[in-house]
Amino acid sequence: MTYDVARIRKDFPILDREVRPGVPLVYLDNAATSQKPHAVLDAMRDYYEQSNANVHRGIHTLAEEATALYEGARDKVARFINAPDPREVIFTKNSSEALNLLAHTLPFGPGDEIVVTEMEHHSNLVPWQLACARTGATLRWVGLTDEGRLNLADLDRVITARTKVVAFVHQSNLLGTVNPVDVVAAKARSVGAYVVLDASQSVPHMGIDVQALDVDAVAFTGHKMCGPTGIGVLWGRFDLLDELPPFLGGGEMIDEVTMAGSTWAQLPHKYEAGTPPIAEAVGLGAAVDYLTELGMPAIRAHEHDLTVYALERLQDVEGLRIIGPTTADDRGGAISFALAGIHPHDVGQLLDEVGVAVRVGHHCARPACLRYGVPATTRASVHLYSSRTDIDALVEGLTHVRAFFSS
Amino acid sequence: MTVDSMYQEIILDHYKHPHHRGLREPYEVEVRHLNPTCGDEITLRVHVEGSAEEGWRVADVSYASEGCSISQASASVMADLVIGKDIDAATAVYEDFLTLMQSKGQAEPDEDVLEDAIAFVGVSRYPARVKCALLAWMAWRDATTQATEGSPT
Ligand SMILES: Cc1ncc(COP(=O)(O)O)c(C=O)c1O
Repeated sequence: MTYDVARIRKDFPILDREVRPGVPLVYLDNAATSQKPHAVLDAMRDYYEQSNANVHRGIHTLAEEATALYEGARDKVARFINAPDPREVIFTKNSSEALNLLAHTLPFGPGDEIVVTEMEHHSNLVPWQLACARTGATLRWVGLTDEGRLNLADLDRVITARTKVVAFVHQSNLLGTVNPVDVVAAKARSVGAYVVLDASQSVPHMGIDVQALDVDAVAFTGHKMCGPTGIGVLWGRFDLLDELPPFLGGGEMIDEVTMAGSTWAQLPHKYEAGTPPIAEAVGLGAAVDYLTELGMPAIRAHEHDLTVYALERLQDVEGLRIIGPTTADDRGGAISFALAGIHPHDVGQLLDEVGVAVRVGHHCARPACLRYGVPATTRASVHLYSSRTDIDALVEGLTHVRAFFSS
Repeated sequence: MTVDSMYQEIILDHYKHPHHRGLREPYEVEVRHLNPTCGDEITLRVHVEGSAEEGWRVADVSYASEGCSISQASASVMADLVIGKDIDAATAVYEDFLTLMQSKGQAEPDEDVLEDAIAFVGVSRYPARVKCALLAWMAWRDATTQATEGSPT
């Protein structure tokens, strides 16, 4: 079956809207969040209309249905990332919470080192900075090359016997770079460090196989993969999560509670304090079904094609400089750029005028912006429903921006 | 509503040919303000003359800044408006500008008070851009407060 973008776009009601009368939406802010297909919206609506109840604590029919739907979503996510055991899938609020959970529970202290990279999203940087301040550990980082890739020559210098955790992004939301997980993980393994992968941008666009990747824990977020906001995923190796201490305390995460103390529930509940995001889990389950039906390899191939096309067309725009890899090898479809003499804010504003939605700013990756000497960038990013027409509209819009400011 | 009403000719002129730009001596206080979400930044110096008893006058405002056309033009317009004024008069202009920027495009600003700054009424319709227009003013306010309250009388 060929990949039929026109048909796929019909699954996403928002793609039909106009930003203002006569100006159709061209949505190229997918690295910030994705749009949602009917299947996800319907699943959440059905849940609320038919099965709404709290989970894991009730013997009535609705409670059982809600629990089955919630746990069913966990099973779907586990299959989607090839987790050996669904109990390794913890539902969180988003990637940020998953990464904070790890930064709070992994064991390290004074004299130990945590290694990140200079291209991290603040969500995979600030929690480790806080953890270092709390524990007395030291933060170190792997630098970047001028081409927007990890400086692998840094690995041997930065990752040492003192390193306890290596946490890094799979696919950069700012640069689009896809990092060589195997190389970094192998180095981390050689010194006995835990390996944490921020897969927020890779799970939605290429999928992951947690058994093939030699990592200990992975974080990703529902809203970037056609699911709702308010739900994210932490996957971790069972033995590791089982031995780590709890993160948030509350209902559901306990085994036995007395006034003198408590013991913890088994995985995954140990890490799911309080009433979880049930409808959101149901929505995420539907999103995973949707992605699976299209097929992650097909989605990846489509986005790769678009990335090749976009890089080629953008580099024809006068005065445009790509911040990040300029070819589509080991690269996703988030493309940051600077337009000579025109601030990204002005670029974004004028693109919005012609319906093109992009993101401007530092994209929560300020250190990487500083590394490339730009206070901010304009970023266009594609998703499974994006088309060449979207890229054409962007390029045409940029011509309009240049004309406006050169007059 | 189109962006043309945001990017008024006056704004584009100030953006392309900013007034009072560059950091100068003398000054009492230098501040650096950032727009964390978009990366606009300004380093601003104020030089005041006077005392708490006789009142203060804004003798000079100088700045180095980086950012979008709105934030750059706003710094230029702000410097035009406050330099040479008594602090009370300058603060009154600052407050009028604040009100204008909170007006969501509804205000009918007084050109006698706000001069070129009336061109920003269109910007006040765009919540994401209001903070760009306010950046230089906030920096000026901060520096001036420090200069007048922090210095010995
Ligand atoms: C690479 C990366 N990591 C982490 C996050 C944080 O995701 P969330 O805001 O859903 O926690 C994002 C999304 O903004 C991201 O792109």
